[in-house]
Amino acid sequence: MNLEAVKSIYFFEMARTRRTLLQSVVSPVISTSLYFIVFGAAVGSRIQEIDGVSYGAFITPGLIMLTLLTQCIGNGSFGIYFPKFTGTVYELLSSPVSMTEIVLGYVGAAATKGMMIGLIILATAWMFVDLSIAHPFVMLLFFVLTAVTFSLFGFIIGIWAKDFEQLNLIPMLVIPPLVFLGGSFYSVNMLPPFWQAVSHFNPVLYLISGFRWSFFEIADVNPVVSFAIIIAFLAVLMGLLTWIFKTGYRLRN
Amino acid sequence: MAPIVSVSNLVKTYASGFQALKDVSLDIEEGEILALLGPNGAGKTTLISIICGIVNPSSGTVLVGGHDVVKDFRATRSMIGLVPQELTTDQFETVWNTVSFSRGLHGKKPNPAHIEKVLKDLSLFDKKDNMLRELSGGMKRRVLIAKALSHEPRVLFLDEPTAGVDVNLRKDMWKVVEKLRETGVTIILTTHYIEEAEEIADRVGVINGGKILLIEQKKDLMKKLGRKQLRIDLQEPLPAIPETLSSYDLKIEDDGHSLIYDYDTSGERTGITTLLTALAEAGIRLKDISTRQSSLEDIFVELVGARA
Repeated sequence: MNLEAVKSIYFFEMARTRRTLLQSVVSPVISTSLYFIVFGAAVGSRIQEIDGVSYGAFITPGLIMLTLLTQCIGNGSFGIYFPKFTGTVYELLSSPVSMTEIVLGYVGAAATKGMMIGLIILATAWMFVDLSIAHPFVMLLFFVLTAVTFSLFGFIIGIWAKDFEQLNLIPMLVIPPLVFLGGSFYSVNMLPPFWQAVSHFNPVLYLISGFRWSFFEIADVNPVVSFAIIIAFLAVLMGLLTWIFKTGYRLRN
Repeated sequence: MAPIVSVSNLVKTYASGFQALKDVSLDIEEGEILALLGPNGAGKTTLISIICGIVNPSSGTVLVGGHDVVKDFRATRSMIGLVPQELTTDQFETVWNTVSFSRGLHGKKPNPAHIEKVLKDLSLFDKKDNMLRELSGGMKRRVLIAKALSHEPRVLFLDEPTAGVDVNLRKDMWKVVEKLRETGVTIILTTHYIEEAEEIADRVGVINGGKILLIEQKKDLMKKLGRKQLRIDLQEPLPAIPETLSSYDLKIEDDGHSLIYDYDTSGERTGITTLLTALAEAGIRLKDISTRQSSLEDIFVELVGARA
């Protein structure tokens, strides 16, 4: 294991976060605060509690997940896409690093950054709503697993993308609808039966539901199922990554 | 001594079907400077890319220091420094960070003293805190060289290092190359500037159409393919080459004021004596005689032209 290389990639990526602090940390915090103000305070004050939880608190886990998913996919994809775009990827490919080490460095940094912002959002939420976390360890488990899985997902998108349009396609077009329709702002039990059934095909529903369970012990689906779904998605991504490494797909033509 | 780089039967066919390398075999000795000459699209960069691990070979093997570049990539890539042709840099990084990053990628512990030395050798030290986008093209080229040297490689690849580089940098660069050679580093460079290869290389390889056309010691090559040209300036211009001299392959230049005679220095007879006698017999009076050794460029053009 070339630990020096993993460290180098990791800190190199983290340094970029420092350089773009305003864009990478301040902007998600502002946009999440807006959600709290609009949905939590303005709209939420007219909505009764959901399953005994105030509306503002109810949407918190969903908002954290929304940020975590978009941040992790964004960081994970950009981290590997950018060197491909500028051409500096030559150095990565001609260095004595295995693909595992490249992934550890890039995905590690993307997940770290995503989690940092997720935690800041959680802290911000505390300023607006009363929050309690019923199962902190389960919460942390969902939090870390989601961050890693979606950073990895981002990394794969970054390798696949041939231009900025493709790079932004999934984070901008696919993730927001999945998060919004995955019960971030409502319980799927509030939907008519048909749409409830449809919602169960949305993988993000399981993430949000499991994560919310760790806060309030209320869930749209069994948290064990949520956990299994994340693990399954992670396994699929690992399989895909193994194939990418073996074939040199879009890296070593 | 075993060669430091050994390429055997290397073939590369890209997904598009384009065959960039056709059965290339080549040994590079430790400590030598090898210049690879070839026109654009000859396969130089593909060859370097495969040795460095950027491109997967279609078939054939490459050993660096006795290790296979695919199976034992850690060992081979640790030994290699690569300066790519394109000026690809992380625009927003500082010189110091990007050079240190390269060292880390190669698994070497941080060593600020070494980085400092490399930057000073390349006259980059006063720019160490500058962002790369603030640097000129020539300075960026130096940074790429510094990155390649950051991890103390045993083999250095310079892919067209002097393309678009000013005279000062070129001189600096050759000084660095000379110093590296003294420490035993093997250097492989590709270039369009044939005079550079002529000046700096120990061996010269010519590659075209994905094949190595020739690889030889520079002096042998010059000797072997070296042709000389005899230029005879005349007192009075000749309207045409006289019949008596038609057996010599003469060319007429300067409106008949000069005769040009090409001859092979390695030949048993150069034909100069008989030519001069024949000229005297024809009553042609000479003003001056000069000879010119053909350069590597002439050799190159001849070789690539003949086999294209």
